[in-house]
Amino acid sequence: MSFLLIGDLSQSTLDPAGHGAAQIADLFLWMLGGGVLIWLIVVGLAVYSVVVPGGHRPRLTKTLVIGGGAVFPTLVLTSLLCYALAMLPELHRPPPEASLTIDVSGVRWWWRVGYRTGENQRVETANEIRLPVDQPVEFKLTSEDVIHSFWIPALGGKVDMIPGRETRLKLHPNRVGTFRGVCAEYCGTAHAQMAFDVLVMSQADFEQWLRSQKRDASEPSGRAATAGRELFHRKGCGACHTIRGTDAGGRVGPDLTHFDSRLSLGAAIKPNDADNLRRWISRTHDVKPGVQMPAFERLNQDELDSIVAYLEQLN
Amino acid sequence: MLGDRRIPDGGEVMAMTETRNRDEIYKTDHVTSIWWIVAAPAVWAVHFLASYLTAAIFCAKFADSDRSAGEVQLAVMAYTVVAIMIIAGVGWSGRRRHRDGHDRSPHDGATAADLRRMIGLSTFLLSLLSAVATIFTALVFYFVGTCH
Repeated sequence: MSFLLIGDLSQSTLDPAGHGAAQIADLFLWMLGGGVLIWLIVVGLAVYSVVVPGGHRPRLTKTLVIGGGAVFPTLVLTSLLCYALAMLPELHRPPPEASLTIDVSGVRWWWRVGYRTGENQRVETANEIRLPVDQPVEFKLTSEDVIHSFWIPALGGKVDMIPGRETRLKLHPNRVGTFRGVCAEYCGTAHAQMAFDVLVMSQADFEQWLRSQKRDASEPSGRAATAGRELFHRKGCGACHTIRGTDAGGRVGPDLTHFDSRLSLGAAIKPNDADNLRRWISRTHDVKPGVQMPAFERLNQDELDSIVAYLEQLN
Repeated sequence: MLGDRRIPDGGEVMAMTETRNRDEIYKTDHVTSIWWIVAAPAVWAVHFLASYLTAAIFCAKFADSDRSAGEVQLAVMAYTVVAIMIIAGVGWSGRRRHRDGHDRSPHDGATAADLRRMIGLSTFLLSLLSAVATIFTALVFYFVGTCH
């Protein structure tokens, strides 16, 4: 199932949707070409020396071995190095002052995401990043436990997230679409299930989305959702999760204020629908082994449905 | 008693003397030359360390707000010129030893002369490799040129 989910989203470095990724894809193709050329010449000479019978002229042999085995590879590698190094200044240059800045923190095994919306103002979400197209964005990256690595293959390169340090990454998406980001540094049991969705959208759509994210959670409507809110607090969910506008203010797990607006759950491992949400709450460790959230197996069907109804109204 | 020991003839004495002389040459040249082999890679290592230490200290302590590192580029350029000159000297010395006499590679005879030529060839080839590596290190600073 998670494979199918992955299949819907592009995470290919060879299908770039950002300036940095396009340069990296070009570099890969040039390096592949250079590598193949060197391989063909070296292996070709080796085959020639074995297959062609009789003695070989010493002077020609020396020229071919030194030229094909040392001089040519050195020249090709030098050219590729220069080509790659020439890309670095632009990739590392910070974006203009007023650019969008997003704080992302790696936590085993999910992502805390914060949009800086003004002086000391921040909108927090989790496991999903939305970006405006054709705008440079700066990510400030850190980790709350072990070393993670932040990577959106379709948009650019990857950067390590190190506890106690802030690293940064500039991305410049140039195509609207939905992409997949991953943790690229092994970080424990559920490392392979630590992913996130990236939605690149028009500037107008992005601003509208950000406005909606700034709002507190909406009041539940209907009997089941209202009961779900009561249960959410009674069962202690608020000790770990924040839902702005309610008493729930925990920081251990992801912010759920606009949970239903997200495409997926469990850090992009399952589509965000009622069935997966029921399974996540009641059999958490079957879905994602090692996760810190306890499984709520003792909830009866009505209670489970109520909580799901409540969370599905957090949009 | 003396009748049990045969006195060597003139030819044998000359051969023994030659062997002793060769052993002496072997001993001194071996000790000297083996250090020549690591000289060029050592210069490359020192160049690498000096370049990155300079960049690290400059960027941490002296970089402007625009984070340009032109001074580091100049310093690395100077290090590179010095390093390449030393590596070229070492390489030239190795090549001279390698081409001493009319012997051709692979210089695998069990003689002091072949050992000297083999070490000379190793020194020469490692100098070429070290020169390329030093230039590769310098290229990073030439192209990047900022503290970002």
